[in-house]
Amino acid sequence: MSTTSVSPAFDESALVVRAKAGDQSAFSELVQHYDRRVFRMAKQITENDDDAEDVLQETFLKAYTHLDDFQGNSKFYTWLVRIAVNEALMKLRKRRSDKTVPLDEPIDTGEDEVVREIAVWDQNPEDLYSQDELASILDQAVKSLKPAYRTVFVLRDIEEMSIEETAETLGLSISAVKSRLLRARLQLREKLTRQFKKKGDDAFAYL
Amino acid sequence: MLTCKQFLQELNGYIEKTLDPQELAELRRHVSECPNCFVVCDTTEKTLRVFKGMDCEPVPKSIQARLMAAIEKRMKEKGGCGCAGDAAPHSH
Repeated sequence: MSTTSVSPAFDESALVVRAKAGDQSAFSELVQHYDRRVFRMAKQITENDDDAEDVLQETFLKAYTHLDDFQGNSKFYTWLVRIAVNEALMKLRKRRSDKTVPLDEPIDTGEDEVVREIAVWDQNPEDLYSQDELASILDQAVKSLKPAYRTVFVLRDIEEMSIEETAETLGLSISAVKSRLLRARLQLREKLTRQFKKKGDDAFAYL
Repeated sequence: MLTCKQFLQELNGYIEKTLDPQELAELRRHVSECPNCFVVCDTTEKTLRVFKGMDCEPVPKSIQARLMAAIEKRMKEKGGCGCAGDAAPHSH
């Protein structure tokens, strides 16, 4: 996968060992390898570029300061993501503190799993849109999800964490992660189908 | 016979093939007989594929420069006094 491409010379665990021993260039190499993924995730969760930059800096500064706490029980990147998610959620909470919808308890209207758009897609979206156009469509779709669903989707389907890691990172039960992931995927499918459906293929009521 | 709603509840397990073989067979039979669920399943898989294929853009140069400057400053502080001056991270 392009987002996780690892150059042959990149050896995460060796770099972490060197960084923990005080080799600053090893830590800088880790930063340069992962900064784009941390920044993308921060943007997706906070929906705001300035907040995302703060999250990016705080994440790597905390990682550097607390490198000795990293025990190697998970991948270094998973540890980094946990720091970044918490920073990003704090930003989001701060910004939304005057709103009434809590981040961690989506209101269950029972309508989230309703499927309305049933239409086959036209050609592959990758063939129809430029990389930039497609990235913008996908970004908008993710940002339109409720934070509680968006965060689960970003960790599980974009960062490719396991269900268990996602649950642990967000302090949720496995079943909560599973149900939010299903809703997130179905809502994104719905939004993308509106965009990508074959012209003339109308939606009809379902379920 | 499964209903469409039941199929939908198990969609993730079906796509990721994490269910037991008997359940998978039942879901496979439903999807082969139900055009709507076939389309929903297919477009959900395509949704995931298109997200997974997304390139991760490099961090803009100005933001990266500020990040590296902040880290270098922290490195000097840490190297200088050997102490850490930050709150605990929120990792588990």
